[in-house]
Amino acid sequence: MKPETRTFKENARKALADTDLQSALKGMEGGFVMGRLATIDKLPEFNDMRDGAVRIKNHVLENLDVYLETFEANVIKNGGEVHWCQSPEQARQKVLELCRSIDAKTVTKGKSMIGEEMDLNHFLEDHSVEPIETDLGEYIIQLADERPSHIIAPAIHKTKAQVSDLFHEHHKKYGKTKRLEDPRELLEEAREILRPKYVKADVGITGANFMIAETGSTVIVTNEGNGDLTQTLAKMHIVLATPEKIAPTLEDASTMLRILARSATGQEYSVYTTFSSGARRPEDLDGPSSYHVIILDNGRSNMVGGDFEEMLRCIKCGACLMHCPVWTNIGGHAYGWVYPGPMGSVLTPNLIGLEDACHLPNASTFCGRCQEVCPERIPLPRMLRKHRENAYSAKMGSPVERTGLAVWSFFVRRPKLYRLATGLAMKALKMLSGGKGKLRSAPLAKGWTGARDLPAPEGKTFMAQYREQARRRAGGRS
Amino acid sequence: MSGEREQILGRIRGKLGKDNRAKSEKAVADWMAEPGAKPEINPIPARGQLLGQPLVDLMQEMLLVAAATVDVVDDLKDVPAAVSGWLAEHNLPAEAVMSPDPRLDDIPWDEQSMLTLRRDRAQTTDAVSITSVFSAIAETGTLMLASGADTPTTLNFLPDTHIAIVRKSEIVGTYEEAWAELRQRQQKEGDGNFMPRNVNLVTGPSRSGDIDKTLFMGAHGPRQLHIVIVDDGEKT
Repeated sequence: MKPETRTFKENARKALADTDLQSALKGMEGGFVMGRLATIDKLPEFNDMRDGAVRIKNHVLENLDVYLETFEANVIKNGGEVHWCQSPEQARQKVLELCRSIDAKTVTKGKSMIGEEMDLNHFLEDHSVEPIETDLGEYIIQLADERPSHIIAPAIHKTKAQVSDLFHEHHKKYGKTKRLEDPRELLEEAREILRPKYVKADVGITGANFMIAETGSTVIVTNEGNGDLTQTLAKMHIVLATPEKIAPTLEDASTMLRILARSATGQEYSVYTTFSSGARRPEDLDGPSSYHVIILDNGRSNMVGGDFEEMLRCIKCGACLMHCPVWTNIGGHAYGWVYPGPMGSVLTPNLIGLEDACHLPNASTFCGRCQEVCPERIPLPRMLRKHRENAYSAKMGSPVERTGLAVWSFFVRRPKLYRLATGLAMKALKMLSGGKGKLRSAPLAKGWTGARDLPAPEGKTFMAQYREQARRRAGGRS
Repeated sequence: MSGEREQILGRIRGKLGKDNRAKSEKAVADWMAEPGAKPEINPIPARGQLLGQPLVDLMQEMLLVAAATVDVVDDLKDVPAAVSGWLAEHNLPAEAVMSPDPRLDDIPWDEQSMLTLRRDRAQTTDAVSITSVFSAIAETGTLMLASGADTPTTLNFLPDTHIAIVRKSEIVGTYEEAWAELRQRQQKEGDGNFMPRNVNLVTGPSRSGDIDKTLFMGAHGPRQLHIVIVDDGEKT
């Protein structure tokens, strides 16, 4: 998929002016943020589990080659196959080859961000295989031909009215001519239309939250049960995964699953956590006849042992998005590629290159909330800063910003000059404000004053006041 | 695609350093040597560490948190009446598809002549399913269902209503205890795969909040999950 990351600033401006999007993004604090707090409050061991989860993933990354080989050997032992792909193109071709091997016409899909990375739906359509998204949110955005705007709530940017319109337009062919408005009825209609598709589908594709090395199992987590119908009713189950998804043992997966559900949706546990190991056994009454795991690297192996290795601990809960003052205001599409929010701003430059994604590390106020809520304690702000440094060293970004940074850097390394300059600037701004205490516009600050007033400095600089106070105190004592 | 495999693994090995391999093999072997939870890595929630009636009470409480419904009966012979009573109360047909699991055979289903049962996997036309569970995990009110010749997976997902029969002796406190039981079963049954094709952890009925951030039950899986807890006289 062609990234639209280069136009991030323009995308963000459009998002802020989009009234439908702004109304859909309201009220995020209530459900997700408060829900998370309420459930972790009931689990005193939550922070110990986070520490455990960090150690598990660090251990996995330190020994990743051995773990991947162990996982592969156990998948084979269960009667499944593992396919290794370096690029999204290779992974797409592999999926198509598997589909063609059983002459597949339709594919049902559970939610998979790796499928998005591969832009799998458009590719399958172009090759006469019909992909059907079954997660309700993914189904909605498939109808709208859009990307997910959140990694676990893909259609959270859609208002109820927009969903009504989409269903009204696309469900006519099933004889549904009434435009529904009640969310309950909308859900029922989607359920009714998708049900026969599960049964008819030749291939079921799901993602993977974890790959368990010990047992060769893949794990998916859903609330709807769509991922289970997808993989159980099709003839072939294809799992899309990436190398860092390893959990050594069932117990390690359980530790991470406990904090995943609570961090993601504020649930005690997700409704369906499913461990899949190989194809159906000869004596089984149901289940798919074959089982394939596609491991797509797409640049992740390059992150091992480097500045961004800790990003590979991510368990894709989405908490950093829900707590981000930038994501909650502009939504996910503005980020321009598959992964939005703080985790996306760190991951995307690693996968598609910093050159294309150099605006993303700036999509942060460095408030630190993302790191605070991350179940894997990933130092997101630190890594965003590292991207900024790398972008500056590689001479990326706008010349104005670069000049600004160079000027600032010149002064900040010369404290006396810096104090003199800031003192003068404050006097000038105070004068410009005409004693009103605020400025409607200021030179070089259009980005700020375009949307709000700039408070005008009233007195002296902090350093000047500090020195004066210190002098006064010293004088008082003598 | 073996070339791709070697390139991906080779790149990872390169990043980890060429002296890492032997150390890694030992680290992985050590980590997986002892099955089960490691206290410093996998903390076990205190709330699940219960026995006897308090454990059953927690199971019941957490099932309700998960939006399931619960019925408790004192004897296996009371299960059929409890099931048909609940179905009637909810205006559901007295007809169900039930897993062929022998663990359900000591329940006198025939005595409830109103109830028609088929022992098989589920079809799209089945409205109600009845299953046993591999175990029931009290810390979050979660059912563990393991697929097998007698326990088809479709029963857990296709019908609108899923009724699970849970014996008190099947209730455990935590996921780790349930995994331990699954490992033990393998030892008892000898060779073969440790994990069945599917292990399903089910916590309440299916739901979605994808439209308008409002939560509704019955997205694709069962709209209702009803649990009958039965005192089987064995120790929990």
